[in-house]
Amino acid sequence: MRVFVLDLVFFAVLVLVAVPLGRFMTRVFAGENHTSRKILGILERGIYRAAGVEQDKEHTWRAYAGAMLAFSLLTQLVTYAVLRLQHKLPFNPTKLDAVAPWLAFNTSVSFTTNTNWQSYGGETTLSYASQAVGLTSHNFFSAGVGMCVAIALIRGLARSQRDTLGNFWVDLVRVHLYVLLPICLFYALFLVSQGVIQTWEGPASWAALDGSTQSVLRGPVASQEAIKMLGTNGGGYFNANSAHPWENPTPLSNFVQMLSIWAIPAALCVTLGDMVKSPKHGWAVFGAMTFIAVLGIVAATWFETKGNPVLARAGAAVATNLEGKEVRFGVPDSALFTVVTTGASCGAVNAMHDSYTPLGGLVPLLNMQLGEIVFGGVGAGMYGILVYVILAVFLAGLMVGRTPEYLGKKIDSRDVRFASIYVLIPAFSILLFTAAGLLTEAGRSGIMNAGPDGAPHPHGFSEVLYAYTSATANNGSAFAGLTAFSTQHPVFYSLTLGLAMHVGRFPLIIAVLAIAGNMAKKKLVPAGAGSFPVDNTLFVGLLVGVILIVGALTFFPALAIGPIVEHIQMTR
Amino acid sequence: MKLLRQTFVVTLLLLILCCGIYPGLVTAGARVLFPKQASGSLVGQKGSALIGQTFGDPTQWPEYFWGRPSGASVDPATGVTYSSGSNYGPLQGALKDEVEARVKALRDSGVTGPIPVDLVTKSASGLDPHLSPEAVGIQIPRIAKARGMSEAEVQGLVAQHTEGSTLGFLGEPRVNVLLLNLALDARKPASPSFAKARAEAAASASASAAPSSSAP
Repeated sequence: MRVFVLDLVFFAVLVLVAVPLGRFMTRVFAGENHTSRKILGILERGIYRAAGVEQDKEHTWRAYAGAMLAFSLLTQLVTYAVLRLQHKLPFNPTKLDAVAPWLAFNTSVSFTTNTNWQSYGGETTLSYASQAVGLTSHNFFSAGVGMCVAIALIRGLARSQRDTLGNFWVDLVRVHLYVLLPICLFYALFLVSQGVIQTWEGPASWAALDGSTQSVLRGPVASQEAIKMLGTNGGGYFNANSAHPWENPTPLSNFVQMLSIWAIPAALCVTLGDMVKSPKHGWAVFGAMTFIAVLGIVAATWFETKGNPVLARAGAAVATNLEGKEVRFGVPDSALFTVVTTGASCGAVNAMHDSYTPLGGLVPLLNMQLGEIVFGGVGAGMYGILVYVILAVFLAGLMVGRTPEYLGKKIDSRDVRFASIYVLIPAFSILLFTAAGLLTEAGRSGIMNAGPDGAPHPHGFSEVLYAYTSATANNGSAFAGLTAFSTQHPVFYSLTLGLAMHVGRFPLIIAVLAIAGNMAKKKLVPAGAGSFPVDNTLFVGLLVGVILIVGALTFFPALAIGPIVEHIQMTR
Repeated sequence: MKLLRQTFVVTLLLLILCCGIYPGLVTAGARVLFPKQASGSLVGQKGSALIGQTFGDPTQWPEYFWGRPSGASVDPATGVTYSSGSNYGPLQGALKDEVEARVKALRDSGVTGPIPVDLVTKSASGLDPHLSPEAVGIQIPRIAKARGMSEAEVQGLVAQHTEGSTLGFLGEPRVNVLLLNLALDARKPASPSFAKARAEAAASASASAAPSSSAP
């Protein structure tokens, strides 16, 4: 069957891409003289000279966090300014006005945090300049920041008795010059070959068959699309995102887009194994991610194929749920895309999640609620799952009554405290903001899917839950029926989703860097007979167990009110 | 302030690289290597992915294959098409109503067999140019009758425009409905009365400016 071949080939190619890319990234972050550095090294050194960066001067975890925050704050302000001034800037062929203040706030936060939640529709809100500068910049920067933090954490694990984690600026410049930009250049051209457009001309118009005129916006889509996927950003150029025939024209472009979402996160598993000198540990982490991914792929494919009985009752031959899906992708390529995009913090969509069956739609929700560690965002997935690894090793230590030890480092209360903060903050953010959305008139006004006469409906609840889950997890996909920005209620969702995105990004990064700094200080002791092995199936099982139990216990009640009740309604 | 200088200079230089040089290189490369794809000028040509068919009420046009229902709308301010799915949840009343109405229209047009689900559901983009071969197949008798062609002749055109899964496992078998309709026109132009009706419809469409835009 096609779906099995598709999913198997996908994982096989993912491994084939991850191994060389992961090894290459190890060399990049170690500052080795690889081939591309011989060419672009002049540029790298030039940037350091201009910025006054001393390559060999490393940052403590606090200094690393400070530089990261300064960079994120400045770039967020730049984007806000570009959006507010787009009517005065060039490359605005449809003469769009400035983006409204609250919408510009929400959008600049959204792209700075690698979320790319879109309260706007690309076609009707943003000029080419806003897309190419205001947004594309963050597609690179937020991805770069995520990778820097992941590398800093891995360095903390690999080092012994050190105070520093590396230099933020050096890591940031290297990841742009040697990883993100070169890959995107070739990738964008491949996308153009498939039919993704790349032009600065205004909208294209032509006579449709019925004699009417049809006009579709164009723009520099391919260059933005490449980094949108590779950087797990996910903010679509067009409103329909990767379902739009000019953003994702063919099944082949679709396959490569899925692959590019998970490429760097999967490669970071290899980098992890290399840097901590335990390749098998890297593969164990890869295995845990794959296991959870497969559960999601099977569930989403199954429930979407089984479909919606309403369709069959209304007269369609089968119930297979093609509402909100493109014919060229069908269920298999859509379901896989959904799991890939929500397992990572991407949030690009090639099918409308709001129109998924209740349990098919539960898969992306749960993926995000587990913390996006199924390969995860670039960098964010790696540091996210490493926090779970620390918790899993800690629990294993408690179970057998030994001091927990991870890769030769004793885990102390400070590590566990920050790991707990990392897990608890998103839970509070998702659940409390969802409650606020449901208890306020402004929150409820955005809901589209309601029962007869506007009565509350589990699907409406799911729309709000999905929004805050997506924002907190920095995913950015949506149950898009929710109207998150309207002239009547410009503030509520813009502000609360903006806060959720910040809360889900920077406090967690600071917790991770604190763990990294604490780990780096510790002495590396060789593993003994009493150490818990982190490279076998028992470890994979324990890690998966911890992830699923923490996620399930936290979010089951909310999922029961939304998708699960709706599923019972649909099938009864 | 060292941190201030580092932040400003690194940001500025990365902005130039990522938002100036990079898109510039991609645009230049695309123009040289794939000029047609890059500008979207393939619309209506082979290899095009974009729909060119926005029948308000497709049932007025028995001479053409009907595509999928669309959730896209036209932005009244700029006139550009706003791509969108319906975002209907599975139990939303409108979903059931719209599927039923679509099924009825197909039955009224003479379809008797099973109705493929893609022909009665809205796509994700609202611009989906494709249909499953089955959804095209059930429309062949209507087309043949309306155009005075034999069913075998229409069937032959459909077969020419049917694509299988890429490499056997990527994507679903599909027919590009726009290309198929253009091929129909090339093979056998629509009747004069139809051409007149179409011109009138176009005139009235351009007269009634700013179509209503549905909620995104």
